[in-house]
Amino acid sequence: MTLNIELPHVGESVTEAVIGKWLKSPGDAVEKYEPLVEVVTDKVNMDVPSPASGTLTKILVAEGETVAMGSVIAEMETSDTSASADQPSALPPISDPPAANRIGTLVQGANVGPTGGQFLDTSLSSLTVGATGAPSTPSSPPDGLRRHSPVVVRLATQHKVDLSSISGTGLGGRVTKNDVLSAVEAGKSSTETVLEVPSPGVGDTVVKPTSIRRMIADHMVKSMTEIPHAWSAIEVDVTGLVGWRTANRERFERDHGVRLTYLPVALHVVADALNLNPRINSSWVDGNIVLKGEINVGVAVAAPEGLVVPVVRDAANSPIAELARNLDGLIDRARSNSLKLEDVQGGTFTLNNTGALGSVWGGAIINHPQAAILTTEAIVKRPVVITVNDSDTVVVRSMMNICLSFDHRIVDGADASAFLQSVRSGLQSIRAESELT
Amino acid sequence: MPEMTVIEAVRETMRAEMRRDESIILMGEDVGNRGGVFLASDGFVDEFGEERVIDTPLAESLICGLALGAAVNGMRPVAEIQFADFVWPAINQIVGEAARVRYGTNGAKSAPMTIRIPYGGGVRGGLYHSQSIEVLFAHTPGLTVVAPATPYDAKGLLASAIRADDPVIVLEHKRTYRLIKGEVPDDDYTVPIGKAEIKRPGSDMTIVTYGLMLHYALQAAATAMELGIDVEVVDLRTLRPLDRETIIESVSRTGKVLIVQEDTPAVSISSEVAAIIGEHCFFDLDGPITRLGPPDIPPMPFSPIQEAAFMPSPEKIVSAIEKLAEL
Repeated sequence: MTLNIELPHVGESVTEAVIGKWLKSPGDAVEKYEPLVEVVTDKVNMDVPSPASGTLTKILVAEGETVAMGSVIAEMETSDTSASADQPSALPPISDPPAANRIGTLVQGANVGPTGGQFLDTSLSSLTVGATGAPSTPSSPPDGLRRHSPVVVRLATQHKVDLSSISGTGLGGRVTKNDVLSAVEAGKSSTETVLEVPSPGVGDTVVKPTSIRRMIADHMVKSMTEIPHAWSAIEVDVTGLVGWRTANRERFERDHGVRLTYLPVALHVVADALNLNPRINSSWVDGNIVLKGEINVGVAVAAPEGLVVPVVRDAANSPIAELARNLDGLIDRARSNSLKLEDVQGGTFTLNNTGALGSVWGGAIINHPQAAILTTEAIVKRPVVITVNDSDTVVVRSMMNICLSFDHRIVDGADASAFLQSVRSGLQSIRAESELT
Repeated sequence: MPEMTVIEAVRETMRAEMRRDESIILMGEDVGNRGGVFLASDGFVDEFGEERVIDTPLAESLICGLALGAAVNGMRPVAEIQFADFVWPAINQIVGEAARVRYGTNGAKSAPMTIRIPYGGGVRGGLYHSQSIEVLFAHTPGLTVVAPATPYDAKGLLASAIRADDPVIVLEHKRTYRLIKGEVPDDDYTVPIGKAEIKRPGSDMTIVTYGLMLHYALQAAATAMELGIDVEVVDLRTLRPLDRETIIESVSRTGKVLIVQEDTPAVSISSEVAAIIGEHCFFDLDGPITRLGPPDIPPMPFSPIQEAAFMPSPEKIVSAIEKLAEL
């Protein structure tokens, strides 16, 4: 008979495993308990033994694939026509129930009925829970909708816990009763997740966040809770770039009708650097790193309602003038709240020119689910030590810090630095006399 | 403290009660010379005589009608229905008459009678020896219905039933008769009617159950504990009146509930328990009220494979626990 080989439950909280190496191939004869396949879980690595003797006929899950515990991973043919493989016998007997022996223990093989005949205990045999007998699946909230159980709402109200700040451990990220209780517990030592009673004092004003503010807040919480952020920053000598802009500004504005800022240049250089460092242009998706096929750089813009990030596509292959015009249009639309959906979709990396606000250093929050965000900080004239003909001398240079926040699941400090170096060399290669297209 | 099976506890309790109170008489099919089909009254006719241990014709209406007549006239009859599946002809005597004696006589009369009914499946009994009939009586005002699952509770509840002044239906699960063995104190104790018992304390969810399913639930809870899920198991013990207090307290504390029963689900004990929880525990619920039972079909299949598919089992309960826990 054909027998399905299931990935056994190993207990604890292990719900899935990665198939390591198949130790048998289809057609191989196997003995009962002979190791069939190596399996890797986040708790243990183990060999799955064959549940019966016979011939392995089909491997259903390839090496490297992740499967849920209990899934059928292979099929085998056994000569045994009666046994349905290695039926787990009855569950362990009741162990120390609180009411002690009062509850009673099972008498195995006890007979029943008027005839006193032996009883084949089918009710204790293993059965997969099919359509019959199984309870209806509890309704779960559709993806993306945060619905809360009555007790969660009650406890959150009672303890003044902001539910949107809790990342749920339940099915589909649902916030469970225990999640709220843990947040309350955590809140006793820190007020991070527990909102202080917003009892406005004299002169205080309570501002109800707009829906955009709310969305930004949720997005930031999601990014900070899901992505392990790490930071790196270097300084860039942009004296050449400043000279170039001064030299080209008037002509550029006359020829193209848009103001020449540093942003399109930075955008171009960043896109080039992303091309050289594809890991920075990626996403962590369901345990995989997805390297993006396109390089679409989002540019953070302070719009009246809050931060928006319109996206510039294919910046690496666009001339500076075209980038400048694109940016000008996007920023205009952002500030007048008239961005279209396609203006903000498809970003793979984000550039934030915080220097425009006078900032010289920043630790930005990554635009989830991207892998990194770069800030270009204020260009400041500073005394800098340079070495000319083996002698150190102090000169005045235009310096700019660039700061990268990156998803440490995807890249390490070395990759981050390599990317920053690419951006720096791109920016520093520009001289006053450079011909940029 | 002696260990005994459920059937032994039933037998010893009836024997002790009959020795204590001469107004107690037994009646039923083969309860005399044969000692009852499950041997619940084995040897009784020798000790108490044919006037107190009465073999009746195969007529359940007669057995219950006779018991009712004796009860309203000062005796304490204990009637045995051989199998729950045979109780239907006696419905009029039980539901139509016995349940209404106190109300119908404005309290002038009562019917202190006990009807013992072996019920339940998982015994390869097929259609006519496996039924769960508890809902019929649990629905009826004027009746008390108890369903002990352990030898200790079998003794305590049967004694309470016999001593009660109104009709009590004692449901004994056939499968537990010889399957469950436990300690039963010698002393004269009773288990109060209307009191459920937490047979296993836990914190993650509550299983509410009764009868044979109690033992399956306890097995499942032990397995779930190995998976890190701490399950509380409430044994209803009395099906009418239900112990609302214990159900509400437990479910309010754990926030999740799985109601497990062998009977088919529609309009059943689990429906009533779910209604109580929905009404009283709403703001403490962290998941939907969940029920595990057989499919809603006329039970009970005779084929062992189909019977096993029909009956809830420890494995099915574990699977339901896991589903509810991960929610």
